[in-house]
Amino acid sequence: MNIFIAGIRWVLDPAHYGGINGIDTRTVQHLVITLVSLATAAAIAIPLGYLVGHTGRGRALAVAVSGGVRALPTLGFLILIALGVGVGFEAPYVALVVLGIPSILAGAYSGFEAIDRRTIDAARAVGMTEWQIVGKVEIPLGLPLLMGGLRLAALQIVATATLADYVGAGGLGHFIFLGLQTSDYPQMLAGSLVVIVLAIISEILFSILQKLVVPAGVAGGRLNDVRVKSSRSRAALG
Amino acid sequence: MNWLFNNLDVIGSAIVAHLATALPAIVLSFVLSIPIGWLANRFRWSRGFLLTVCALLYAIPSLPLFIVLPLVIGTGLRDSINVVISMTIYGIALMARSTADGLASVDADVRQSATAMGFSPWSRFWRVELPLAGPVLLAGLRVVSVSTISLTTVGAVLGIESLGSLFTDGFQRNIPLEILTGIVLTIAMALVIDLLIVLLGRALMPWTRPVPAPSRAVPAAKDAVVA
Repeated sequence: MNIFIAGIRWVLDPAHYGGINGIDTRTVQHLVITLVSLATAAAIAIPLGYLVGHTGRGRALAVAVSGGVRALPTLGFLILIALGVGVGFEAPYVALVVLGIPSILAGAYSGFEAIDRRTIDAARAVGMTEWQIVGKVEIPLGLPLLMGGLRLAALQIVATATLADYVGAGGLGHFIFLGLQTSDYPQMLAGSLVVIVLAIISEILFSILQKLVVPAGVAGGRLNDVRVKSSRSRAALG
Repeated sequence: MNWLFNNLDVIGSAIVAHLATALPAIVLSFVLSIPIGWLANRFRWSRGFLLTVCALLYAIPSLPLFIVLPLVIGTGLRDSINVVISMTIYGIALMARSTADGLASVDADVRQSATAMGFSPWSRFWRVELPLAGPVLLAGLRVVSVSTISLTTVGAVLGIESLGSLFTDGFQRNIPLEILTGIVLTIAMALVIDLLIVLLGRALMPWTRPVPAPSRAVPAAKDAVVA
């Protein structure tokens, strides 16, 4: 437990702030890598997911790609790219984008697929064009699931961005790898604790967002329990 | 290709170390998630509480967990038991939700019929509810096994042997083939274990049609719409 306290002291020590190796600088680096990768992954995966979800075509391919990428070990992929393009920001950027795509893609197309077909038929029946159906019906109704996908992708990216420094790209992993080389456990722990806090903040932010994006009409009439209710009283249950 | 043929023993030992780490974690997360899934459905408060705890556990990044965990349980930093336990924690975080959903999906009328036929609560759980929840458990287990096998490689940056050791060694010695070998073997292992799980599921649940690929929708997805 003493090491834990030493780790927390390390985080709080003012000497570890400011300059290239400050916790503040490394945290900003970590967040920049995370956000840029997340934004790129979203820019690729959301339109593709919407296309699959709206047309219903290519679903099997989307599922296969998402599943296949999930088995890809990010560490190995990251290092392989780094050997090709050299150390720096590029390798983690590509690896983290690839890491983020499956979750966002699944969120985007499953958001469209989860919509009651009758709702879409109704939208078509009142004369909406395909673009209006996508923009005014499918996107708003699909937002909660999309947000769930973004939440998972953000969590994976912010966690895995720790590995970026293994190929010299900086971020909070720097403290872990430097601490590892110098057997400085408090420093490793300090880096780890900040990453854990960032991951939890990301989860909290996205869970709030996920609740906010539920359209008012859906929020009013939603179900409360997924459990199958018995058609009879529970008296007979042992 | 020279590297490949000269280092078959290195590759073999990495495969064995990887299996020795990943398989116990997969089995443990499956087994331990059963009581948790049961408990989640047992009380009104327990479902939300347990699933929130699981979501929080899943939010802990893996590399930091490998570093924090030894301090909590008193093992060495390079002990592979850290990876087994970390992977079990992630596995439970994913699996407990599947187990809870699977058990909840058993029709209450079926449970009452089982009771009426004289099953004790204990045997009703093991012989009626669990088998009927089987397909959902199987889908969950497949996701757990793929992600466990892939994540186990991360321990290599701390010096814990696995297929990930081929990545770190290949990086230090600048051998792209070694890294590629590691990637291919990791994916192949994930596919083979996935296939074995599917076959095991068919053998144990002959009444089910082949289960479609698990919907890889986000774990928190259901809450968004329903809860």
